[in-house]
Amino acid sequence: MKFVSPEVFAKQRVAAVQEYSLLAGQAFANLFSKPRYWADIYTQMDSIGFGSLPIVILTGFFTGCVLALQSATALQEFGAMSMTGRMVSLSMVRELGPVLTGLMVSGRNASGMASEIGSMKVTEQIDAMRALGTDPVRKLVTPRVIATILMLFFLTIISDAFGTAGGGMVSVTLLHLNGSAYFHSAYRVLVYADIIQGLTKPLFFGFIIASVGCYFGMTTKGGTQGVGRATTQAVVFSSVLIIVVDFLISRAMIGIFGGQ
Amino acid sequence: MMAAQSQIEITHRTPGKATPGTPGPVVVFDNVSVGFEGHPVLQDISFKVEPGETRIILGPAGCGKSVLMKLTNGLICPDDGAITVFDQRVDTTSELELYKLRERVGMVFQESALFDSLSVRDNVGYRLYEAGASAEEAEGRVLEALRFVELEQAIDKFPSELSGGMRRRVSIARAIITRPDLILYDSPTGGLDPITSTTIVELVMKQRDVSHTTSLLITHRMQDAFTLAMNRFNTRTGHMERIPNDGIEASTRFMVLNEHKIVFDGSTLELVHTQDPWLKEYLSE
Repeated sequence: MKFVSPEVFAKQRVAAVQEYSLLAGQAFANLFSKPRYWADIYTQMDSIGFGSLPIVILTGFFTGCVLALQSATALQEFGAMSMTGRMVSLSMVRELGPVLTGLMVSGRNASGMASEIGSMKVTEQIDAMRALGTDPVRKLVTPRVIATILMLFFLTIISDAFGTAGGGMVSVTLLHLNGSAYFHSAYRVLVYADIIQGLTKPLFFGFIIASVGCYFGMTTKGGTQGVGRATTQAVVFSSVLIIVVDFLISRAMIGIFGGQ
Repeated sequence: MMAAQSQIEITHRTPGKATPGTPGPVVVFDNVSVGFEGHPVLQDISFKVEPGETRIILGPAGCGKSVLMKLTNGLICPDDGAITVFDQRVDTTSELELYKLRERVGMVFQESALFDSLSVRDNVGYRLYEAGASAEEAEGRVLEALRFVELEQAIDKFPSELSGGMRRRVSIARAIITRPDLILYDSPTGGLDPITSTTIVELVMKQRDVSHTTSLLITHRMQDAFTLAMNRFNTRTGHMERIPNDGIEASTRFMVLNEHKIVFDGSTLELVHTQDPWLKEYLSE
């Protein structure tokens, strides 16, 4: 590993942030101008959305299951086991649904984007694309950004639904609670602020996953080893950013809607 | 190696095909310098490429030949100096404007750089599909370009199913499909066996002598460079042939780079008769 002075290190980091911001800004600006690559957008929607469905369903379902188990254990001490539905529903919709779905999609797709675009970069396919008169940001990055934002939104809804259902299954079969009461309380506890909070997050997370994955792909250097490094960095950075942005959005939402 | 200069036939031909609005040089480098991470790659590079000319670029590995090619196409921005292609400044033009300029430039990359998820048809016709050409028109021109490189049978294959030589030929077909006014060949014979290299050189020669397209060509193989300079393409036989009386192709000129600078820029005869000790040694290797 090559060691550099703190000054050079700081400059490199600032340059990387600048480069990322420019790429993300350009990808976003491309949403409002032509040409638009609809075929690429649909392909990415299929790959990101439908492709991620199994892991999102499994993660959501078992998160709901474990939430119900843990909540019920804690609530039992206060004789409030009937509140299990409320706990599961609120946790899933506000927090765990968007965040876990974001993390799972990040692990699957940010890495995929970084490795795919990174391989194109090291084999000069990105340069070839530019030489052939195509803007690689418009052709490769923007469709992935649009597809990830849209698909993560719907995947989060599916995750919330399966999480609540998983909690319901555990409540009925293991905790012997009344199923109807569980779903009734799970539904009744939710207010618009929770839904807005839970469905605003995936819009930001989707943008983070696609832009970070594409950024590390587009800046890949150093052959196949570089592709591997870019893939790892894409997953790590997008996951950390999701957690950080989750905190910021939660704080902002509480500020807007109060602590309902 | 060659007969005396007075006895050599120099094949003159009409300068390259018409390049509207560009009576002057097609490519002009004016004191161009570029470096990466503090290391100079090219320093004070100045040269001109006239219409119809084929400029062969030689030099040891790592002397900046490929960088020069990318600078010409605006894929890299120079640190200093001016680059003009078809009377348009490449170094100061926005990327959006460069896309228009690149419509007139074809480029063959060192490792072909074919899109590995696209078939040969889609690779070769990429520019046409992007420009919104109709399926029939695109298909016709793809077939025409593949016929030029004698690879019609590979139209439905994917790059991973092709040999190195076939990939280069597809890459050439992709570069010429829009009939560009300038073609940049970045080591089109690099890493290929001598027989395949000769096939590629013949294709470059065919493009030079049939379409009279201005071109820049990087090669590491001295043999390929001199084959281009001393042969011509016979359209009747469909093969290259030696220019009679040890003649040389006048529109083919040479440029040699070493240690980030141009150490030679001139005709084939001037290169062969150079007195520069380093150049003599380099040519004899």
